[in-house]
Amino acid sequence: MRELVQQPLTMWNLLLIVLAAIALLLVVLVFVTYAIYFERKVIGWMQLRPGPNRVGPLGLLQTVADVSKLLLKEDTRPKQADRILFALAPVLAYAPAFTVLAVMPFTESLQFADLDIGVLYYVGLSSITVLGVITAGWASNNKYALIGGLRSAAQMISYEVALVMSIVGIVILTGSMNLREIVEAQRDVWNIVPQFLAFLIFIIAAQAELNRSPFDLPEAESELVAGYHVEYSGFRFAMFMLAEYVYMFAMGTMVTVLFLGGWLPIHPALSFIPGIVWFVVKFSLYVFLQFWLRATMPRIRSDQLMSFAWKGLLPLAFLNILLTAGFVSIFA
Amino acid sequence: MEEHVQLTPLERYVTRIGEKFGESAIENAYINELAKHVPTLVIQKEQWKEVARFLKEDESLHFEYLSNLHGIDYEDRMEMYYHFYSYKHRQNLAVKIVLPRENPSVCSVAEIWGGADWSERETYDLLGIHFAGHPNLTRIMLPDDWVGYPLRKDYVEYDEEV
Amino acid sequence: MLRNQPPTESVISPAPEIRTEEMLLNVGPQHPSTHGVFRLVVKIEGETIKEAVPVMGYLHRGTEKIAENLTYTQIIPYMDRLDYLAAMTNNYVLCHAVETMMGLAIPERADYLRIIAMELNRIASHLVWWGTYLLDIGAMSPFLYAFRDRESILDLLNELCGARMTFNYMRIGGVKWDAPPGWIEKVANFVQYMKKELPNYHKLVSGNEIFIHRLAGIGQYDADTALHYSLSGVMLRCTGIKWDLRRDESYSLYDRFEFEIPTAVEGDCLARYWLRLAEIEQSLRILEQAVQQFPADGEIMGKVPRVIRPPAGETYVRIESPRGEIGVYIASQGKDKPWRLKLRRPSFMNLQILPHLLVGANMANMVAILGSIDIVLGEVDA
Repeated sequence: MRELVQQPLTMWNLLLIVLAAIALLLVVLVFVTYAIYFERKVIGWMQLRPGPNRVGPLGLLQTVADVSKLLLKEDTRPKQADRILFALAPVLAYAPAFTVLAVMPFTESLQFADLDIGVLYYVGLSSITVLGVITAGWASNNKYALIGGLRSAAQMISYEVALVMSIVGIVILTGSMNLREIVEAQRDVWNIVPQFLAFLIFIIAAQAELNRSPFDLPEAESELVAGYHVEYSGFRFAMFMLAEYVYMFAMGTMVTVLFLGGWLPIHPALSFIPGIVWFVVKFSLYVFLQFWLRATMPRIRSDQLMSFAWKGLLPLAFLNILLTAGFVSIFA
Repeated sequence: MEEHVQLTPLERYVTRIGEKFGESAIENAYINELAKHVPTLVIQKEQWKEVARFLKEDESLHFEYLSNLHGIDYEDRMEMYYHFYSYKHRQNLAVKIVLPRENPSVCSVAEIWGGADWSERETYDLLGIHFAGHPNLTRIMLPDDWVGYPLRKDYVEYDEEV
Repeated sequence: MLRNQPPTESVISPAPEIRTEEMLLNVGPQHPSTHGVFRLVVKIEGETIKEAVPVMGYLHRGTEKIAENLTYTQIIPYMDRLDYLAAMTNNYVLCHAVETMMGLAIPERADYLRIIAMELNRIASHLVWWGTYLLDIGAMSPFLYAFRDRESILDLLNELCGARMTFNYMRIGGVKWDAPPGWIEKVANFVQYMKKELPNYHKLVSGNEIFIHRLAGIGQYDADTALHYSLSGVMLRCTGIKWDLRRDESYSLYDRFEFEIPTAVEGDCLARYWLRLAEIEQSLRILEQAVQQFPADGEIMGKVPRVIRPPAGETYVRIESPRGEIGVYIASQGKDKPWRLKLRRPSFMNLQILPHLLVGANMANMVAILGSIDIVLGEVDA
């Protein structure tokens, strides 16, 4: 895949590149479909109920039916909404979510772009999504949506800082921002061991970035009804949902790559199992953790959320950088 | 006052209020056998506001809790019924005020017992009793443009279709 | 809509060139956290509430007016529909008022059945509160656990009187149905089950750091304020006033049981949360004793005249419902229908403190404070 990009651009190559992108999109769509299915199933089991089990065998087609419904539904727009921004917001939210996947190394060979600044690329692009959320909140011309959008902006920006700072330790340790090299550097020991503090900060900040429980304030159903996407329906709403789950996909990939050794086996003796399987297993563990949290946690309050980010997570992230830098300069 | 130790609560209330406001403030005083023997006072309408404040603030009465208040339409007259409780003395007290049927009005006790606020609004809404000095005497259950007071005995439905 | 209060000064004075505006937010009547058709118009600055005006009446059915044209027995089903989460206590308070007027003696077995039904219903009501309150706070699972256990209670009550929520079970002078064979054992089993289950509730939620931080110190008031606003039930006991009509103005056979009255001094949402769970424990204790003392046989209806005509006069009785003090006033003219029926609804009275608690609170606390009052809209609007 990487070689393909470096070859001269012929019609054939262009076609291959486009086909590969479509393939990835399909993989992501299938992931989203079944992530939603498993989320409902897993939470259902945790809550002593069967979860979806009507559409298709074991309810496997439930999400397919839901998505088809969303796509076929009338696209409503409030009369007073800002037409252009209202249409633009879902795109702004979704596009960066998909583009960040380009730098993700799923296995040694399966990666679309091997950027030397992969980490930076991810962090930079993913912060564009917040624009989509604010735009949606503003353009809807709805007070609940506005509050949700602004909460979301405050939250995502605050936690982004902590998120990025927690990665710095790994960059120092590895000496590279290339995601593939970061994985390769974990052959002996996964980053989760030397960078455990960073791992915790990353996991917490990632929950906030993803607007997922216990940090699901922007869409806090009980107070804001649905937050920034309260006025959206049909396929525009589907795009917000899609963005949310694609981000979950991206964040899962990031956690796996940065902390859990990507496609590397847990022990060299187990290397006969293909890398992609290892990747999927680790990735699934992270996704499961999210569902688990959602079934367990109450929602944190917005002011506590902010003070937790700036007074709790960020100093810890700095401490982690300091410790890592000290460690590296003494022992390396 | 030693010989008055055996006074029943009702006699105590009557004496205390009588001393302060004169005999005329209490129109009637009796034990209501039907309501678990609650001492009941019928207070004169004009002096109700001062008596109410006294009921709450006097140390020997100290009825700091308003359990309930409402009005009753007896066709020839209106009545207000208040039920108080004193947590300090562990005593119940019922107070009644007789109002004329036409343009019934009584002073509000919402500033003495905050809990009276909505109950007075409800009584105004459903019975049309006016509470002088209430901070926000508007309809609470029915729409603001409702015609008539449904709990009055002579109430006729404005719109039979509804 | 917003009146009576002068516009309050902004706490953080904005820089002169930035124009800030207070926003008027209409919460409800269709809103997931108002627990029914309750509407709240809040004026917010940022996320701070400057003023809150409750608007109600969307569920007003005029029960008091309807009752004037019904015989006393016919009113009972209407009582079910006030506080539909604890219909048994509503049944009881009406019957109790009429029985007090007529001086009726209730057979012992009927009284035990009433108490068992009321306490089961109290637990069910608190369970609904627990589940929905945590749903308001943003935790999803407790709701389903609470409803699972509430379902067992509803099954028991269903077996007793054939309805799950609107029971119409009690009659003036007794109860309508006797306990079916084996029912008392089922109640005993449920009590044992619930006693084991309750610690799990605490394990799942009560120790959660986020949960505690969200509730501690929120919606706080002191005992004087509570009395001033005529609060009752848990809303009163959370300020340290030990007051429970079941013990302090004992009715039915409550003086035969040993139970505590849980109180707290903090007066905040967290205290109210703990009290409601503690009350479930006490209700279980009462049930346990009631099941043990339950008479082997006996009448379930006392000697009641064929047509119920309380003597002319008036009465006011109050009892302890899960939400607080529920009272019934009856003015009778010696007829078979009440001249005037007045319902003192605890949800309605407790709700009065809401505007006072909300001023200065954060938007996110609005839901937590409203939820902690535990209102049922059927009762607020009557």
